[in-house]
Amino acid sequence: MRKTTKGIKASTGERIFNVLNCLIMIGLIVVTLYPFLYIIFASLSNSNKLMAHSGLLFGPIDFTLDAYKAVFKNNSIYTGYSNTLTVLVVGVSLSLLLTFFGAYGLSRKNLVIKKQLMVFIIITMFVSGGMIPNYNLVTGLHLDDTLWALILPGVISTFNLIIMRTNFEGIPDSLEESARIDGAGDMTILFRIILPLSLPIIAVIGLYYAVGIWNSWFNAMLYIRDRDLYPLQLLLREILIENEVGAMGNGADMGDALAVSETIKYAVIIVSTLPILVLYPFLQKYFVKGTLTGAVKG
Amino acid sequence: MNEAITADRGMRVAKKKKDRYIWRLVYDIKNHKMVYCMLLPVILYYLIFHYVPMYGAIIAFQNYNPADGILGSQWVGLANFIEFFGSRIFSRVLVNTLRISLTTLIFSFPAPIILALLLNELKNKIFTRTTQTITYLPHFISLVVICGMIKDFTTEDGIITQICALLGMAPQNMLNNPNLFVPIYVVSDIWQGIGWGSIVYLAALTGIDQSLYEAARIDGAGKFRQVWNITLPGIVPTIIVMLILRMGSLLSVGYEKIILLYNPLTYEVADVISSYVYRRGLEDFAWSFSTAVGLFNSVINGILIFGTNMISRKINNTSIW
Repeated sequence: MRKTTKGIKASTGERIFNVLNCLIMIGLIVVTLYPFLYIIFASLSNSNKLMAHSGLLFGPIDFTLDAYKAVFKNNSIYTGYSNTLTVLVVGVSLSLLLTFFGAYGLSRKNLVIKKQLMVFIIITMFVSGGMIPNYNLVTGLHLDDTLWALILPGVISTFNLIIMRTNFEGIPDSLEESARIDGAGDMTILFRIILPLSLPIIAVIGLYYAVGIWNSWFNAMLYIRDRDLYPLQLLLREILIENEVGAMGNGADMGDALAVSETIKYAVIIVSTLPILVLYPFLQKYFVKGTLTGAVKG
Repeated sequence: MNEAITADRGMRVAKKKKDRYIWRLVYDIKNHKMVYCMLLPVILYYLIFHYVPMYGAIIAFQNYNPADGILGSQWVGLANFIEFFGSRIFSRVLVNTLRISLTTLIFSFPAPIILALLLNELKNKIFTRTTQTITYLPHFISLVVICGMIKDFTTEDGIITQICALLGMAPQNMLNNPNLFVPIYVVSDIWQGIGWGSIVYLAALTGIDQSLYEAARIDGAGKFRQVWNITLPGIVPTIIVMLILRMGSLLSVGYEKIILLYNPLTYEVADVISSYVYRRGLEDFAWSFSTAVGLFNSVINGILIFGTNMISRKINNTSIW
């Protein structure tokens, strides 16, 4: 049956469309991937030859690891990594804990303050004090120039909170009721029923928070002045956007510094993005799952 | 007389209701101490990090001086707003904001929809999944890295400049050219967001009843007719919801990206309301003035999102609340 309908519909026009469609997709894949490949190739190239080269790269020119050696000789990249990791570990744990608390509370059917609390929280998605009052708050709490400034202001994302709450609401009431009849209290129900059933969504939300923290730079730019507290992205901004490769180049002698700088830039990009590039293919399906839970709600 | 009694009774009922609410709350807290203990830090977070700044925004109506604090600073009413509306910069940042966000809306809003439609037509499942995986990737790369790449690729001998030179453009540092700022911004926005943005539409596409296509085919509808009459109507509600969400941030274009990409040479086209707030507030320390500008921005955003939502509810019966 299926075969016949397929036989009918595969007209010449459609075949042309299908081929064209595939070509467009291949084009899109190339356009998406090539910049990354270019950076990988360039970071592995000899810096002088790279500067002389023009046009596309289809492999490293005169393969060398000099740029990576220069990057790893530098201390600021380690400091950046360790600061980002600290914020990541503390931030994600705290975010998950609080999001879980909020989502669990809000998912309870007979919570008396449910409606009011929901409004109280949703309002913040549309109304905000703005950049300056937020800045005043953080400095007023003396959080500036501490890593807390990168953790606390965004510790709960309302969007994630709502995704998690929707998920909790999907857990059948009958499970909870039967546990109650068996004499389970709030605590038992939480740890023995809700938590085990929600591990997948907790993992997804944890990943969201982790990517958010890994990639964020704006708060760091506003609040962190002490160079020893710079997270990775702020260091990257200095190197990539403000072109202060000098910060990176100490250790190499000055004559080479300029030539090395271009390849160092590329190496820094790779070093700082590698965790995401490596983990991404394995985690992709969880991310997609998370967006869809959110979208169904929206 | 009668009215007075009814009013009085109404008030009493209301009061009773309120009392009852409080008693119910006390009872609930007593019975579910743990739940309230869990909610407490969440409520505190929202109070401190969202509601305190909202209160802090009243410095927009003051001549705020950090030494005197909010309570001690002098009230100036709408002076900061008047100064902003009267300044030369007002029309510049407003026009720039609108230009950038409308261009993004026109070009980068439909892009994921088109991608989703095309992906939906692919026959080979493995190829589809590969395309998806790869196009989602840029979404996860940090903005700083993306902007660093843009900056590097568009220098005088950057790879994108070279490609554009082949197409007839004079070699130049593209980010220093005011005419090219918006195109660079929008194209990179599409590049980074097209794949990830398509997920929502792909999900909506799977919800379309497949028998509709069978029926259309039997009636002799070609591919284009099928897409136009079945697929698109099927995802219109999703498109509208996404559009409303988008409208709400019409005046808050991705300022982080702008701050990373612009430079004094391109301020005339690239400076938007939020980047202006940032520069005036945190580089020039004009606290009250920049808060006023930010407040103006949020109010317009609020009006836009409520407006779009209302219009769409009237026309289409689709709304986000």
